Amino acid sequence: MDSWSYIIWIPLLPLITFVAIGLFESRLTEKISGLAGCVSMGISTFLSYCAAWQYFFISGKSEEVYRKIITLDFTWLKLSPSLSVEWGILLDPVSVMMLVVITTVSLMVFIYSTGYMHGERGFARYFSFLSLFSFSMISLVLATGIVQMYIFWELVGVSSFLLIGYYYDKPSAVSACKKAFIVTRFADLFFLIGILIISWYGSSLDIQTLIARLTDAGSPEFQAIKNETFLGFSVLSVALLMVFIGGAGKSAMFPLHIWLPDAMEGPTPVSALIHAATMVVAGVYLVARLFPVYAISAPDVLTVIAYIAALTSLFAAVIACTQFDIKRVLAYSTISQIGYMLMSLGVAGWGGDREFGFMASQFHLFTHAMFKALLFLCAGVVIHTIHSNYMQDMGGLWKKMPITNIAFLTGCLAIAGIPPFAGFFSKEDVLTAAFEHDKFIYTMALITAGLTAFYMFRLYFRIFHYGTTAHHHDAKEHFSIMLIPLGILSVLSLVTGFIPFSEFVTPSGKPFYYHMHFNLVAYAVIVSVAGIVIATLFFYRRSALPVALAGKMRVIYLAVYNKFYIDEIYLFVTKKIIFNCISRPAGWFDRHIIDGIFVNGTANATGRVSEEIKGLQSGNIRHYLWFFAASSVIIILLFLFIYQP
Amino acid sequence: MLVLLRYEFILVALIVIFLLAWLIPGKSEDRSLSLFWINVLLFINFLFGFIPVEEGVLFNNMFYTNEAIGVQKMLLNFGALIISLQAYDWLKSNRNAFEFYLLLISTLLGMFFMISARNLLMLYVGLEMATLPLAALAAFETDSKRSAESGIKLILNSVLSSAIFLFGLALLYGETGSLHFSDMAGKLTGNPDGYRDTTLSLLLVFTGFGFKISIVPFHLWTADVYEGAPVSITSYLSVISKSSVVFVFISFLYIALKNMAPLWIPFLMVTSVLTMTLGNIFALRQQNMKRFLAFSSIAQAGYILIGILGASALGMSSVIFFVLIYIFSNLGAFGVVSVISAQTGKENLDDYKGMYHTNPMLSLLLLLSMFSLAGVPPTAGFFGKLFMLMAAAGKGYYILILIAALNMIISLYYYLRIIKSMFMDKSESPIAYFRSSIYSRIALVICFAGIILTGFFSGIFDYFYSISFGI
Repeated sequence: MDSWSYIIWIPLLPLITFVAIGLFESRLTEKISGLAGCVSMGISTFLSYCAAWQYFFISGKSEEVYRKIITLDFTWLKLSPSLSVEWGILLDPVSVMMLVVITTVSLMVFIYSTGYMHGERGFARYFSFLSLFSFSMISLVLATGIVQMYIFWELVGVSSFLLIGYYYDKPSAVSACKKAFIVTRFADLFFLIGILIISWYGSSLDIQTLIARLTDAGSPEFQAIKNETFLGFSVLSVALLMVFIGGAGKSAMFPLHIWLPDAMEGPTPVSALIHAATMVVAGVYLVARLFPVYAISAPDVLTVIAYIAALTSLFAAVIACTQFDIKRVLAYSTISQIGYMLMSLGVAGWGGDREFGFMASQFHLFTHAMFKALLFLCAGVVIHTIHSNYMQDMGGLWKKMPITNIAFLTGCLAIAGIPPFAGFFSKEDVLTAAFEHDKFIYTMALITAGLTAFYMFRLYFRIFHYGTTAHHHDAKEHFSIMLIPLGILSVLSLVTGFIPFSEFVTPSGKPFYYHMHFNLVAYAVIVSVAGIVIATLFFYRRSALPVALAGKMRVIYLAVYNKFYIDEIYLFVTKKIIFNCISRPAGWFDRHIIDGIFVNGTANATGRVSEEIKGLQSGNIRHYLWFFAASSVIIILLFLFIYQP
Repeated sequence: MLVLLRYEFILVALIVIFLLAWLIPGKSEDRSLSLFWINVLLFINFLFGFIPVEEGVLFNNMFYTNEAIGVQKMLLNFGALIISLQAYDWLKSNRNAFEFYLLLISTLLGMFFMISARNLLMLYVGLEMATLPLAALAAFETDSKRSAESGIKLILNSVLSSAIFLFGLALLYGETGSLHFSDMAGKLTGNPDGYRDTTLSLLLVFTGFGFKISIVPFHLWTADVYEGAPVSITSYLSVISKSSVVFVFISFLYIALKNMAPLWIPFLMVTSVLTMTLGNIFALRQQNMKRFLAFSSIAQAGYILIGILGASALGMSSVIFFVLIYIFSNLGAFGVVSVISAQTGKENLDDYKGMYHTNPMLSLLLLLSMFSLAGVPPTAGFFGKLFMLMAAAGKGYYILILIAALNMIISLYYYLRIIKSMFMDKSESPIAYFRSSIYSRIALVICFAGIILTGFFSGIFDYFYSISFGI
């Protein structure tokens, strides 16, 4: 059994669904489009499990090392004799693992959505966009070439944009989708520049070739890029940093995290799939994909990544403690957990024990996808029942929604890292990796772990306990198709921790074995339990304690509640500085000089301007000609007397 | 000679045919039959481009043609065909439709001579031949004051630019004693003797080019002329006329000025940054679609300059490739604006609100065009920009790439604004559903297919690369 030809169908099936549903959107009933989406995704999921089985247990290994298998490869564009764009499918432990994560969560979300989106306008459109997303995300992780990767990277962004803006008649959703698109695009351009530089010096666009060339100190490409400097840094480091910035945009790392909480305006299943489990970990995937280059040739960049990630992780956890919108709490918790993954990558290195961090990050990515999707889907059920996102409207729901209650509790225990839930194992590995590398980062990560337990249980108690609210006596959990994914994901959140990840996913492909350090385990569990206990004291019943505490530390509380005013800072920079210093004067010039003085009308939005007659005698042309001649003279003077090559 | 001048002879034949047909007294006011035949002829003219071109020179080395030049002429023919298809709705009730085509083909003829020129005088003659009929075309709507005004503005501005251009040309002749590109390359070696004189004359010549490509600071005429002229002429100006000058500018820089790179590289860098940035900033607040597209096309010219700066075969092929994609995307956008303008007379952004609900296909095409102009993958526009940036990366112009990248974000913002208004905004009175003519629908489908497919057909770029040259 060595045939991989079926792999191509894993991304192709969602693509076909997207095109089919998209073309016949208006003619499809809810049932048909929902069923088509679920069935095609189901087949994809099955195929990717087959692929994982085949890769990990049958034919992936040769001489005890998981090799990289390229199952499809064709040259698409020859830019120059030595540089060509290739398309292909790459299987290695990371991509196969990602394949399993994406298809599993996608399938769950597809099934869940048939219930959640029932009766919504544009049901078919929703499923076609969702299929487009799954297609692009799957293709992204399978990419062999860097251009191919970039294209799907952007396509993932586009489909996320479309899905966040799904409720396009809601102004907040519209502004959120624009924000998400522009912030991530901003980051993507760094990514683009980064890969342009890397591929130019590496004179290849194939990821494996690039890795081989840029990690071999003897290769001419490596010499060229290492000796070139830009602003005092090696060009390689700068380029790799830019690639990371691209990843940080998608993965919502500080200070590019601002789009993710707002992206919660999209439908909840979308948040579960895109903004918790798959797209946001694209940054982790990206760094993991180029990991040898980072680890061998630019370890300094890895250190930067580790610090940014650890800070983001702590920072987001602090904010999550004060939010009242349950989806926003989950969003900040996602940012915090992705911070864990990147931090773990950042402290890892090449060879020997230091590969541990790499494994830990991938492990955490895997388990996090399961339990965070579970949490989001539970939140979706709650929102669906209560019709509100706010904690104030909830409380005491455990009796009315028993199944959701248990599922949500499972998710909370998993993310808090309580044994034997999945999050415990992966988080333990992350903390161990941090401990062995950098005590400072470890301390931050440990505090984050405590905070995580605290805010997750605050969330849990506020939804399901905390006395009872007067509202929603009629709220009741109906058995629906939405509960099936909750059940499956709960089970997955329990069992995935027992997967011996180090035997499968390592940077070099060579499995290794390890034992947990009992001391470190004890610290982490104690801190988490402490977090839970405090949360229980504060929020199990209605109590005055949290309010009093918030009142005592008013300044700090307000700063945290307002997310450290990061959004305001951005607004200040974009609106006040950029707008006032550049756009305003430019607009003023256009309005007053061009339209105002010479066209005796003001430019208003109603289109009257075009009706205003720009009289030929107004001096308009004279001004234009004068400007033309003057700029020629200025340029000539500039080149004659000031700039001389 | 007949073989080498093939493209030009066909155009001349077309002009003669149109002139004769014009003389035949028409029976009815209905123009649809004659417009049909005109489009067929233009299509045949485009098809002739596929016959392989020989390399050769004529007129004492003034005229040169080879495969690359053939491709460039073919691209222009293709663009002109699409514009003619899009103009159908507008022309079918116009009494002077033949006149329109006479002028259009004459400008095309001028551009062809210009592209083939290997002598500055020939280049100048072609340039003027391409410009003068364009001014008449801009003023084509005789009952519209704005159209007349736009014609006047174009002619006055181009007179000034021509004067400066000619002045530079005369000085250049004085210094080198020749106007042939190849002779000039030998004389202009960049040695310090007389460097200032050379700088002066070359900058004057660049001004003329800059005017035609509408790069900042020689761009002021663009918005007014684009806004006032009929939409078809605006798209012709922004795509065909601009591309033709870009082609000849590349030949001039890469052949005649190959030793003067230290002079023109900083010039192009500065103007490219200015062009992208100012074009974008001005585009941000436009409400009129034509004016908006005018500024957007100024910004696009800035990116083209980056491709030219690559100064390699990769640079040149990326520019040709970009022009092809630009034809699709910009003509797609202008096509939508043009049919809407012809059907409803509306040209403002606010009128486009809620258009998705009434005219989904048009909105979708405009969305694709906007994404392509903004360079969002996987539309073709992304590949066009990517290759040009790669060409610049090859020379190590990282700062320039960074500025270009930042500009791509600004531009994304305003392209999204249009998309938002079509898809997300609500309107009391959206543009009502209408069916456009079969001609404009053909043109739109071609653009649609081009935007999606060009990026993925690797053969096209490979071919452009194989016929390109660098310094």
